[in-house]
Amino acid sequence: MWGIIRQKVGTGGISAPSMQRIRPAVSAWRSYSSSGKEMTVRDALNSALDEEMSADPKVYVMGEEVGEYQGAYKITKGLLDKYGPERVVDTPITEAGFAGIGVGSAYYGLRPVIEFMTFNFSMQAIDHIINSAAKSNYMSAGQINVPIVFRGPNGAAAGVGAQHSQCYAAWYASCPGLKVLAPYSSEDARGLLKAAIRDPDPVVFLENELLYGESFPVSAEVLDSSFCLPIGKAKIERAGKDVTITAFSKMVGYALKVINLRSIRPLDRATINASVRKTNRLVTVEEGFAQHGVGAEICTSVIEDSFGYLDAPVERISGADVPTPYAANLERMAFPQVEDIVRAAQRACFRSVPMAAAA
Amino acid sequence: MSLIHRSSGLLKPLAAGPASLLRRPFSSATDDDATKITVETSVPFTGHRIDPPSRTIDTTPKELMTFFVDMARMRRMEIAADSLYKSKLIRGFCHLYDGQEAVAVGMEAAITRKDCIITAYRDHCIFLGRGGTLLEAFAELMGRKAGCSKGKGGSMHFYKKDGGFYGGHGIVGAQVPLGCGLAFAQKYSKEDHVTFALYGDGAANQGQLFEALNMAALWDLPAILVCENNHYGMGTAEWRAAKSPAYYKRGDYVPGLKVDGMDVFAVKQACKFAKEHVLKNGPIILEMDTYRYHGHSMSDPGSTYRTRDEISGVRQERDPIERIRKLILSHDIASEKELKDIEKKARKEVDEAIAQAKESPMPEPSELFTNVYVKDHGVE
Repeated sequence: MWGIIRQKVGTGGISAPSMQRIRPAVSAWRSYSSSGKEMTVRDALNSALDEEMSADPKVYVMGEEVGEYQGAYKITKGLLDKYGPERVVDTPITEAGFAGIGVGSAYYGLRPVIEFMTFNFSMQAIDHIINSAAKSNYMSAGQINVPIVFRGPNGAAAGVGAQHSQCYAAWYASCPGLKVLAPYSSEDARGLLKAAIRDPDPVVFLENELLYGESFPVSAEVLDSSFCLPIGKAKIERAGKDVTITAFSKMVGYALKVINLRSIRPLDRATINASVRKTNRLVTVEEGFAQHGVGAEICTSVIEDSFGYLDAPVERISGADVPTPYAANLERMAFPQVEDIVRAAQRACFRSVPMAAAA
Repeated sequence: MSLIHRSSGLLKPLAAGPASLLRRPFSSATDDDATKITVETSVPFTGHRIDPPSRTIDTTPKELMTFFVDMARMRRMEIAADSLYKSKLIRGFCHLYDGQEAVAVGMEAAITRKDCIITAYRDHCIFLGRGGTLLEAFAELMGRKAGCSKGKGGSMHFYKKDGGFYGGHGIVGAQVPLGCGLAFAQKYSKEDHVTFALYGDGAANQGQLFEALNMAALWDLPAILVCENNHYGMGTAEWRAAKSPAYYKRGDYVPGLKVDGMDVFAVKQACKFAKEHVLKNGPIILEMDTYRYHGHSMSDPGSTYRTRDEISGVRQERDPIERIRKLILSHDIASEKELKDIEKKARKEVDEAIAQAKESPMPEPSELFTNVYVKDHGVE
């Protein structure tokens, strides 16, 4: 069935859903792992950076507090000791300046990984991301490519207020010349960051602060230093029969049967459309604002490519159309919760009575 | 530039007399390289937190002639671009450099192609100095395949990576952090090369410039920030835009040098000095006091915010090509006619390049979608 409701469970299986007690249960994934290692997203990112810096001396990290402070969110912990201050560069609080320096060094052939403490601060550097990085290969007809990665936490955290909570996926993903990735699990984090660093084009890598501490199972393949995920391929976390739900980053943890986009640009339209052609219904989920958002793009793409297959209107679940409030109750209302996704899925299935979930 | 001294084994020191009696035709180049000519810059350098270099410079007839040929070619190219724009063969923006040639040529004379140059949108002559051809320039201006950016960049987006030229940038001031990034990479790669990041008096007030300069100074990057002060940021005179238009001092803790940007020898000397300085000491600012005859762009007549007298005054007193012409003539390195022939040759070169560029087709329609990425994961 369409058991998209999840509860924090210690063992496998989904019991009958109880709407009132629904909470996002990211850690419920743990229950589905076979034996083996687990890794936090933080460690996944750290290890990916470490391995890529070890493999290629042109890779370096630059940003505020990445060195001596070990990283504002400890993502770059230990790298300064290992690689030294020439390759792990602490900057003043000057995003426009250091983003530009990063892009200039990429013009020359280095492979910078520029950290924004959050992507809210990337707006100060956005001219360099778009005009200096994204467009250069095109304007120079291939003479100047820019193998840079801009990474950092994106979207809401908890209680950090309006200026520190915006999701920039839609902004960056609208720009040709950029690649935009959004990992969810530790496997995503490792594989996509490695792919981003190895990629010859500028990549915006949108992490999530609240996921850094979450643990996910990782196979031996994921742990290998050569592990890499393809850019532009979504992952069907679990296939559903009744409705296609797309999500990225933290929102992936809010739905059980969901397409984890992984890549916002390029968007894996093929996977999304193939799924909708089977389920005939679509719900998109994102933290960001609805207008001109990622969901708007996916809905339109499905209408363009698979209109005849739709049995219900497409629907996007997104953040409330407000700057993020501070008060805890208001903040909770400002972002999609599991119950919002359930309601939307039900609407898509024209059912309003909860049905017993059967695997 | 005043004549100070000339030493040569073959000619008597010239005291007076008609130049034509002792003139050697330039074509006999046997001892041109050996002949040393000493010149003085028009004005001494002014230093900020640094002892300026000497204003006395050695040169050779060959170098003088090269300066003349190069600047004449650049001048011709820009004048021709003006006509092409008026005949609608060039579209959009076109920012011309005529008047400022000494900066491009003097800089090239002091550096190698392993040193990097990055500039803003007034980039045609810098491109030429870095080894770009007239054909590539005109074809790009006219949006043709043979252009240096295959027609996809336009006037503001010339590049020549193999010549150490990193563009060609349309956003005022952005090229300065980018240039500091090039310098960062040069230092990271442990190379003994430097980067010249050029910007105008308009861009000199940009915040990102100071952000980048701070980091360049903190990290001792081999970055030379060159303010091409032509005294007008678009239509705004420097005194209306900058509380302190002493741009060579604006680096505060970073040393600076004020240079007569219409004097190719001053430019060369300053760039040579700057290169040596930054490799040991971190960034420096060079302010080139220069002038553009054209307006900001082809849509600006350039005479609403400055007087025609000012423009013609600079042309008469300070034109960089005229300076070299006078030097060449006074040292009898070539005759008036020979110099005129060189200018005619430049004109011919430019006309031929334009004709060739006109033959070049526009890009294939499929080029619309190429080069968006190096590694395309599928067209969206």
